[in-house]
Amino acid sequence: MITSRGGSPEAGAGAEGTAAVPGAPEGSGRGAGASGATEAPDGRRGPDGAETGEPSGPGPGEPETAEEPAPPPAGPVTNIVVALVVVALGAAGLAGSWSLGLGEASAPSAGMWPFLVSAAITCLGAALVFQARRTRDAERFSSSSWAVLAGLATMAAFASLVGVIGFEIPAAVLAFVWLRFIGGESWRLSVLTSLGIVVAFYLLFVAVLAVPIPHLF
Amino acid sequence: MDFLTPVIDGFGVVLEPANLLYCLLGVVVGMLVGVLPGLGPAATIAILLPLTFGVEPVTAIIMLAGIFYGAQYGGTITSVLLRLPGEASSVVTVFDGHALALKGRAGTALGIAAIGSFVGGTVSIVALSLLAPVVAGFALDFGPPEYTALALLGILLVATVSNGGRVKAIVAACLGLLLATVGRDMFTGAERFTFESLSLADGLDFVPIAMGVFGLGEILYNLEERRKGAVAPARVANAWPSRADLRQSSGAIGRGSVLGFFLGILPGGGATLSSLAAYALEKRRSKTPERFGHGAVEGVAAPESANNAAATSSFIPLLTLGIPANATMAMIFGALMIQGVTPGPQLVSEDPDLFWGVVNSMYIGNILLLIMSIPLVGLFVKILRVRGSILAPITVLITLVGVYTVRNSVFDIALVVVFGLVGYLMKKFGFEPGPLVLAFVLGSLLETSLRRSLLVFDGDPTGFLTRPISGTLFLLLAVVVLLPLAQKLFRARRGTARAEREKADA
Repeated sequence: MITSRGGSPEAGAGAEGTAAVPGAPEGSGRGAGASGATEAPDGRRGPDGAETGEPSGPGPGEPETAEEPAPPPAGPVTNIVVALVVVALGAAGLAGSWSLGLGEASAPSAGMWPFLVSAAITCLGAALVFQARRTRDAERFSSSSWAVLAGLATMAAFASLVGVIGFEIPAAVLAFVWLRFIGGESWRLSVLTSLGIVVAFYLLFVAVLAVPIPHLF
Repeated sequence: MDFLTPVIDGFGVVLEPANLLYCLLGVVVGMLVGVLPGLGPAATIAILLPLTFGVEPVTAIIMLAGIFYGAQYGGTITSVLLRLPGEASSVVTVFDGHALALKGRAGTALGIAAIGSFVGGTVSIVALSLLAPVVAGFALDFGPPEYTALALLGILLVATVSNGGRVKAIVAACLGLLLATVGRDMFTGAERFTFESLSLADGLDFVPIAMGVFGLGEILYNLEERRKGAVAPARVANAWPSRADLRQSSGAIGRGSVLGFFLGILPGGGATLSSLAAYALEKRRSKTPERFGHGAVEGVAAPESANNAAATSSFIPLLTLGIPANATMAMIFGALMIQGVTPGPQLVSEDPDLFWGVVNSMYIGNILLLIMSIPLVGLFVKILRVRGSILAPITVLITLVGVYTVRNSVFDIALVVVFGLVGYLMKKFGFEPGPLVLAFVLGSLLETSLRRSLLVFDGDPTGFLTRPISGTLFLLLAVVVLLPLAQKLFRARRGTARAEREKADA
């Protein structure tokens, strides 16, 4: 019986009941069964109040995340946009698989399966549009989201430059940016560590393992 | 005792020096991962996938399996000492484990957890050894319709049990199915969704998707987390639990092991769910439930036994049916496919060395873990002091260079970055990445069996329902889909009824 929802809420409820006792740090287990991102049963989170306000702290009734405030949930606009992106993705899939040809049920062609899957995505996206006002599991972007952008930029730079100038310089830059600007380490430590990482990578991948990764030296 | 011969041969495989070494490597890495909060076992296996290419399939899977169950051990240590569960599956251990640590009994908690984990793992391995060949024998008769049903059921169950919105989890799974169709169609040879790109003609590779969505996506997501203040870890003294503690928790260990074993087999079950369920069970059974949360030894013993038992038994659906039961098993499935081994019912008979080698490596791995976990606690506490800001760039570079080494392709580096962004956005907006990877892995199996079945049935979909096994599975599928809907309807109706009653009262 535990396969379906018949069992899992039971287990979840057991954990929730105990969570209240010691005030456990649920938020710190990322992706944990009990992390704040679970589809909250009705009334566990406060009512829809944080739609327009600034990113405020954790909502009321979440003492378990007080140590480590989770980013506030995104507003309905974000949720609708996300849902529409899903619909658009499904629509693109529908168009793409239609052009491949569906074939017959007795002789399915290349487009049949992706068409079915895309149809499912489109329908589920539409369901998300209708749920958008009640959706609580999306997070809004916060002031620390720039770190993600910076991190992505260094990775993209690495990916586009590695074939041209080898891996050493992009790797050093990536490590330095992550240490100094994203991680907030000191200049000295950032410079030394990023150089050390590149040397270690060079020794490991080029000298020892002889991986044909493009390299400068 | 003929049937025991392959089992014993399996021990011969494990005891080869290379395999022992990789087993040790796997469990140590797994423990480290379990200790460090942030990256889960699926992400770690994703990042370390390139390491497995140069080695034999058996050796590779032995190491990856070691990472998986080693992480269950490691997560306990941080839960008890620092109240930081390194793994989702040790979240419940925090309640009583940390309470014990506050009472100065951290050693007892860790010792009980280690013993519980060992017993849970061993019970599960023995049951696995007995049950897996039976299941595999049964599954040998499965045809395309049965596999269609199994794959659908597996994907759907994983999506249903995952945290986050259920609709979003299914969207993620469908996305994974769609991604799996990229490339040349196996039946007609038509190129699908390749956008005329040569790099896409052979389809998307599993490695960059898994490394991107799990590895980079998780690292990027963690960048937004607030810094954790260093907590002074409790001192660990006397890691050996007393005889009274052992007696008190022996029942919990036994029940946790059995419960964990069964929940681990179910798709989507796995370690996290079973640890929660085992804790809830012990608390309900206990004559003194008020002790739970204030340092009850059973509250550590039950979930720890259960999560290890589940970690082991979740290999059953993978090794016997070829259907991974959770995201981590999807990674091991992918690793096997890359090695040219297709997991399925024929694995036990056709590749007994691999099957029994992997299963038996778990005995050895569990013994290694039991021996190492208690003396190494001090070391792990030290490792926790390494700052995330230093580990993150190293992990990123290992991912970027590692993904290149798999196919020596710069395109794969770009792909892993793209999927890193996808993984980040998915987590940000409440879509679990697990179902995507699982569905991607099962995508081609599902499509192939569906199209084969349709050919067999001559386009008549009712054929799925008239075959006994596939019919049963589809019935189960319908229950999984309809039950939550029915529950919601029922709850909504009760809610409105209550509201009306309140209105009438007022």
